[in-house]
Amino acid sequence: MTEQKALQDYLLRLADSDMILSQRLCELCGKAPAIEEEMAIMNVGLDLVGQARNWYEYAAEQIDDGRDADKLCFLRDALDYRNLLLVEQPNEDYAVTTARQFFFDVWHYFTLKSLVDANDERIANIAAKAVKEATYHLRRSSEWVKRMGDGTEESHRRIQEAFDLLWRFTGELVTPDETDHTMFKAGIGPDPEKLKRDWFGMVREVAAQATLKTGAEDAWMYMGGKSGVHTEHLGFILAEMQFLPRAYPDATTW
Amino acid sequence: MSEWRLYEVFVRSKHGLNHKHVGSVHAADNEMAMNNARDLYTRRSEGVSIWVVPSNAITASASDEKEVLFDPAEDKVYRHASFYKLPDEIGHM
Repeated sequence: MTEQKALQDYLLRLADSDMILSQRLCELCGKAPAIEEEMAIMNVGLDLVGQARNWYEYAAEQIDDGRDADKLCFLRDALDYRNLLLVEQPNEDYAVTTARQFFFDVWHYFTLKSLVDANDERIANIAAKAVKEATYHLRRSSEWVKRMGDGTEESHRRIQEAFDLLWRFTGELVTPDETDHTMFKAGIGPDPEKLKRDWFGMVREVAAQATLKTGAEDAWMYMGGKSGVHTEHLGFILAEMQFLPRAYPDATTW
Repeated sequence: MSEWRLYEVFVRSKHGLNHKHVGSVHAADNEMAMNNARDLYTRRSEGVSIWVVPSNAITASASDEKEVLFDPAEDKVYRHASFYKLPDEIGHM
């Protein structure tokens, strides 16, 4: 795998994961459990759209086949999407929404923190801006995990069930493939071993404070999102998200 | 939701010297109140510092005490510093 190919791949992973998670969060618009939570979730979602846009724009320049950020986002099908499987999982109850966000935020925070020092100036700049947002996202979601885990009997049961439900998608976050290794060797991506240690370290620390059990590191994991093999949910997300630009390709204002 | 406490939110703007009351939020605990206040009241760069205070920690004057508390101050104009002549060298105060 050439470094150039790996870079394109890596940028799309960052962009697609941000975009799909934000689409999931925006499904809660008008339906969040409290107006304060709704505002908070939409803020997180909008942060992620902004970050996705930055990554898509750089990806478009690197791919350089005439497609711009919008086309990469709205005119690729599921097989070409490179997001983590975790972020396409449905919202379910608020415990699942929270657990998904927490697992993602830990990964996102450590990834961005490392990308700040990438020897690619553009990536370092985007990451420097994004890591501030991710730090807040992580603070918010980890507080929610503790609040639910150490809360009432019902909230504890629900967040534990959410941890158990989503654990099988977390392996993908910290299991490097060729792209991850190439990016690390190129001085861009995070050290896969360190990312894995950091991720498990923080997840276990927060889980302990929340009186929650985590799964085993060597549990069987679903993989594939990073290479385009998705769960059945992604197609439905894209169908909704991409409908407008596909149905009205010439429209320039909505 | 109904069990969440009500908090009053105070925000100090970039150029402001004091925190001003901007509204209220519901939250289950102090940290959540801070996060909610941040997300609701500073998303358009309104502030650089936030205070959240449980609403029930505030002792407020009652509206039926208005006359007793505030009317007596109305005819005491001499409490304003507007009758002093300022020496020219002081300039604007």
